[in-house]
Amino acid sequence: MQREAAIREPLILGHKTYKDITDDVVGPIQGPAPKAWKIMITISSIIAVYGVGCILYLLGTGIGVWGLNKTVGWSWDITNFVWWVGIGHAGTLISAVLLLFRQKWRMAINRSAEAMTIFAVIMAATFPGIHMGRIWVSYWVLPLPNQFGSLWVNFNSPLLWDVFAISTYFSVSLVFWYIGLIPDFATIRDRMVKPLPKKIYSILAFGWSGRAKHWTRFEEVSLVLAGIATPLVFSVHSIVSMDFATSVIPGWHTTIFPPYFVSGAVFSGFAMVQTLLLIMRKGMNLEAYIHTKHVEYMNIVIIVTGSIVGVAYLTELFISWYSGVEYESYAFINRFSGPYSWSYWMMMTCNVISPQLFWFKKIRRSLTATFALSIVVNIGMWFERYVIIVTSIHRDYDPSSWGEFHPTAFDIGIFIGTLGIFFTLFLGFARFFPVLALNELKTILKSSGESYKNNPDKH
Amino acid sequence: MYDDDDTLKAAASQLVAQGIRIKEVFSPFPVHGIDPIIGIKRTRLAITAFMYAMTGTTLALLGMWYFMIHDWPMNIGGKPSFSLIENLPAFIPVTFEFSVLCGAHGMAITYLLRNGTLPGLPATNPDPRTTDDRFVMEIRTEDNGMEADALEAAIQATPMVELSTKVYG
Repeated sequence: MQREAAIREPLILGHKTYKDITDDVVGPIQGPAPKAWKIMITISSIIAVYGVGCILYLLGTGIGVWGLNKTVGWSWDITNFVWWVGIGHAGTLISAVLLLFRQKWRMAINRSAEAMTIFAVIMAATFPGIHMGRIWVSYWVLPLPNQFGSLWVNFNSPLLWDVFAISTYFSVSLVFWYIGLIPDFATIRDRMVKPLPKKIYSILAFGWSGRAKHWTRFEEVSLVLAGIATPLVFSVHSIVSMDFATSVIPGWHTTIFPPYFVSGAVFSGFAMVQTLLLIMRKGMNLEAYIHTKHVEYMNIVIIVTGSIVGVAYLTELFISWYSGVEYESYAFINRFSGPYSWSYWMMMTCNVISPQLFWFKKIRRSLTATFALSIVVNIGMWFERYVIIVTSIHRDYDPSSWGEFHPTAFDIGIFIGTLGIFFTLFLGFARFFPVLALNELKTILKSSGESYKNNPDKH
Repeated sequence: MYDDDDTLKAAASQLVAQGIRIKEVFSPFPVHGIDPIIGIKRTRLAITAFMYAMTGTTLALLGMWYFMIHDWPMNIGGKPSFSLIENLPAFIPVTFEFSVLCGAHGMAITYLLRNGTLPGLPATNPDPRTTDDRFVMEIRTEDNGMEADALEAAIQATPMVELSTKVYG
């Protein structure tokens, strides 16, 4: 049996048995919905319906209902797109990269982080879709034979790369998540008593029975999928950054964008994981599985990626001066002193200064402080994308076409609406899905569970 | 039936040492180290994933050559539109994504088919507790050249919690 150093904090607190793990996760699914859950899902679905209404109005009227104009052609729409994709990245990082590094603490959080990824990518994909205006011809992004002399889509364009990247990322994440879910659905299926839920979970469990050979294949598939999801997640946000970096707009045309965007994505994604999990562990009594140590590990990732983002901001400033290119310099002077300087300084405070507070152990291990800072980071990362997009294009090469962007009710409504849809989906997941990876947690119970670890002879 | 993964492994080694063949093991989570004891070979799924990914690479490159070079070449920002090799840097991202797409989905589908796990199929575990905290070994008399009683005695000698017998028709 594998042993762990006694000095390491246990990952599963208290005296838990295999059965306790099952009951702690399956119990809430069998029981009636808690009142707090009902209140939260009502609020979030009302917001979701409002968001869907705004989207339908936009599709019926045209994207003129947004505040976009001739100068600022990309604004909240693409900001929201990049923000949501970035949030999604933490889920894949937790489940794939930490699996490759054999980090056992991932097992308590990977299931919900992957659910977050999937829902966030759905929200992200909405924005380029509705930004097309005529969403009913969105199949034109695919290389299909057509009546225009068989004119093909342009494979030289990063916008098309993005189509492939986002759709691959979404479907591969979904498969990865579902393959892990199958054995846990089987656990729920075998616990359910009422016929209808039993039937539903039985369909979802695909007839899984836990044979030794199947488990061998399961572990192999998880490992290989993790191996290919890792370069995938880096490629996806690199390609998102190339939507900007391959253009000739000062402020966008930057070679550091791919690593800068990827670390920014991980940074914001972990912040969102913290926001969601701190609520979920409390609401679902999962304190024994997701505790201070898990939060501390995630905060360490936030310091590292937040500092990389900080270095990237300073590098951009330095290079814009050092390059000696007038337009490039102006783009950055305008960023920190122009009409949008408030958003630049907001971004700097939220993303560069606030995560540095996690160097203090007290703050890093405080759940309240973590929750507050995770929201600050989420706001900061939204502003980062807003700063990059809007301040770079609102004053371009030709001063006669300089302009500003003012969001309309539809810009705001659709963004708030996607938050509503996201939380509705996530709450649905928390109610009906196994929120912890049961089969994985059971494998670490003996090596990292508190009561086993500290008295191995008793068991 | 056993109630711990370590006792299961110990019992399995004990039985195998007596020349008893264990047909199948059902467990709620992967029990590391059980495979060599009961004689399960390494899976070849990773190799299939590689083959699917290579198929994806080939299809992506072939497709882009046809769309962008052969069928309707266009001058886009002066990029070379007359040679696949010269235009290749711009085609790398899509080639990579498509390889990952084919590799991941191909392997996942093969995995589900090989396991015989598909939507709507009935559960085949012998006891519902095997997805919770119980571990079951399936041992058949016809696999082993011994009498049922002797086999039962050998199994009883291991630290098991339950034994149930079933007659196959």
